[in-house]
Amino acid sequence: MNTTIMLFLLQDGITNGAIYALLGLALVLVFAVTRVILIPQGEFVTFGALSYAMLATGQVPGTAKLAMAMGVVAFGLDLFEARRSLRPRRVARAFALNIALPAAILALTYGLAGPKTPIAVNIALSLLIVAAIGLFLYRIAFQPIAHTSVLVLLIASVGSHLALQGLGLVFFGAEGLRGPALSNAALTIGPLRFTGQSLAVYGLTVAFIVALWLFFGFTLMGKALRATAVNRLGARLVGIRTTLSGQIAFLLASLIGAISGILIVPITTLYYDTGFLIGLKGFIAAIIGGLVSYPLTAVAALLVGSVEAFSSFYASNFKEVIVFTLILPVLVLRSLAAPAVEEEKD
Amino acid sequence: MSALLSVSDAHVSYGKVEAVRSVSLEVADDEIVTIIGANGAGKTTLLNAIMGVLPLKGATAFAGTDMTPLDIEDRVAAGLCLVPEHRELFGTMNVEDNLQLGAFRIPKATAARSFERVYTLFPRLKERRKQLAGTLSGGEQQMLAMGRALMGAPKLLMLDEPSLGLAPIIVADIFRTIGELRAAGVSVLLVEQNAQAALKIADRAYVMELGEFILSGSAKDIASNQRVAASYLGFQHEGASGI
Repeated sequence: MNTTIMLFLLQDGITNGAIYALLGLALVLVFAVTRVILIPQGEFVTFGALSYAMLATGQVPGTAKLAMAMGVVAFGLDLFEARRSLRPRRVARAFALNIALPAAILALTYGLAGPKTPIAVNIALSLLIVAAIGLFLYRIAFQPIAHTSVLVLLIASVGSHLALQGLGLVFFGAEGLRGPALSNAALTIGPLRFTGQSLAVYGLTVAFIVALWLFFGFTLMGKALRATAVNRLGARLVGIRTTLSGQIAFLLASLIGAISGILIVPITTLYYDTGFLIGLKGFIAAIIGGLVSYPLTAVAALLVGSVEAFSSFYASNFKEVIVFTLILPVLVLRSLAAPAVEEEKD
Repeated sequence: MSALLSVSDAHVSYGKVEAVRSVSLEVADDEIVTIIGANGAGKTTLLNAIMGVLPLKGATAFAGTDMTPLDIEDRVAAGLCLVPEHRELFGTMNVEDNLQLGAFRIPKATAARSFERVYTLFPRLKERRKQLAGTLSGGEQQMLAMGRALMGAPKLLMLDEPSLGLAPIIVADIFRTIGELRAAGVSVLLVEQNAQAALKIADRAYVMELGEFILSGSAKDIASNQRVAASYLGFQHEGASGI
């Protein structure tokens, strides 16, 4: 192999790895705060990407209606839960979040969607839609069982993955879609050509990591989220609602997923079920990071991306096999290094 | 004087086992009330249930409002705060962050004043403010747990075994601070095994045995009660048979 090919593969690997890093970070974040292993992360990717691609052709994606429908269900759940003390303020707040918000997003989407809508508006709309879906997914599928074991949460997670994937098929069809690139600029350094798209991937990944670091290190809400992850009871005792922390974690995860999707849909064709595999690679990175360490996850994601790039060059049929095999030695090492821990009941 | 906290006919069970039976208690404004009793009497269970950590059967009212439908978080917002037995600090975060989160439910301007107050009460915390909570000594952790609770400017502070596992000199310090809280307008409900120290600073006391209150009264009366003296204070009155 010559150096040029190696550099190309490395560049490709790092571009993919950056996306996996974003997804891995979101997984670690959600797990730390809610103990949910977020399998539907991949659906956030596809929903973001394909909503954006559909909006680019001037159509209104079905995800906007899904957000509305989920909002109605969430509103029903809120009312049912508060049935013993239905104070007007509580109802008004639930209405604003669960009905007014998705209705506004739906109206905006219908109002703005068209063949000539600028790319920035389409991106904003897709992000809004997927963020709302993420928020309501937590409310509907996870908040009612937030106190149960990791295993029960995982089952709910797999269930919501399957449901959302099925809905994805309904909304976007079996055909793959591609979206327009964020920028067509290109930059050549030596033998390497950097497209505007891949630069956007690097830039946004770094920006997101810095933003998350600032959020968790310096804002009260970020610290509250960390506190929930460190000590759930302690957090409740100072008045931090674990449901609020969960909602914010899911909101961030769905935003990160949607952004990742929008970043890759101009590079590769995405199908309704592609997100799962992409999310799974983020998951491998998160597992290598032990589902706790953000920096380790980011580094592992770059490794996963590079391994994937090299194996698709040398043994493209076994690309996924090689990538997923990475997880085995990590699991063996981790289980040898860590003493057996009984799952804590809380 | 209306009661700040009133609990009547409270029952708390773990499954079929009833750990607290038909307990009623009151704490008035600016009052220090203590519940003393042996290990396993149900004191911690009772405090956790008042806070909402465990389900309680019976009526609880705080500052005139019924607390039954409220979550832990709402009770915190209403001014009720628990320093639990295991402290439940945020171990991987520093002292300052722990304190800041204690003021999660109150406005920022008030939080700045709370910081000053807590640092005056516990100067040690100010020295250690950049240190991770998990690396503090036991006494410092207890101070931090109390400091974090006070950051939220509670009306009633419930303390669960603040002296547990601490050196006597630190225990004295902690109890002195609890006494000072009254002057700051904070009522205290104190659960202690160290009955002697608790009765010294308290206004009133309840004695708990096997999930029930067997005695209540002013701290002075309780301290001079023969049975209490024999079981909890470790000395015997005249006439009682020696060992």
